[in-house]
Amino acid sequence: MRVMYFAWVRERIGLPREDVQTQAATVADLVAELCAREERYAAAFADTSALRVAVDQKLTDFDAPLAGVQEVAFFPPMTGG
Amino acid sequence: MDIRVQDGRFDVGAELNAFTERQTKAGAVVSFTGIVRDTDGGLRHMEIEHYPGMTESALSDIAGQAMQRWALTDALVIHRFGRLAPSETIMMVATASAHRADAFAAADFLMDYLKSRAPFWKKEVTAEGSDWVAAKDSDEDALSRWR
Repeated sequence: MRVMYFAWVRERIGLPREDVQTQAATVADLVAELCAREERYAAAFADTSALRVAVDQKLTDFDAPLAGVQEVAFFPPMTGG
Repeated sequence: MDIRVQDGRFDVGAELNAFTERQTKAGAVVSFTGIVRDTDGGLRHMEIEHYPGMTESALSDIAGQAMQRWALTDALVIHRFGRLAPSETIMMVATASAHRADAFAAADFLMDYLKSRAPFWKKEVTAEGSDWVAAKDSDEDALSRWR
């Protein structure tokens, strides 16, 4: 699955996107897997209440299931307009 | 409905005139223009990041909701990304309807939703460094009045 990072999440993790092999059932499970990998992930995901997540380009929440999903994106609250 | 996401500049006046001329059933056009604000006088430029693909679909979805909710004849959204200098135009929305109340309300709704539901992120660059603009609680609160 393709995992994407935007704004300060991208800067903290140090890359805009990566392909991740995972059996994670939900977004929260994926976050736990990423955090276990390296400190920079744990730092970026330290407070998930400060983050938003999109699954296949639709805003959702951290309980969202990942079966059949191609793309997950993590980012801070949006500041458009 | 016309949704554009681009890095290049655009001419707000020309866009608004063209949008207005396309309306044959409307009696009112309302527009809003967002520009780069330099509150403290120290801003060098702003960098706007977005999520290509999701940005376009989120904007289309928000504009589609506005079209359904109010009696609009048309809606226009243009939003830029990339590097923008102080006072440059970031984005504009325009709405057209038979009577002004629908166009005003829909433009207000579009702006409230676009601010916190379209995947854009602003970074301010000053002489001291750079900082991501934090979303405000009031941005999220603004959505509650449309529910």
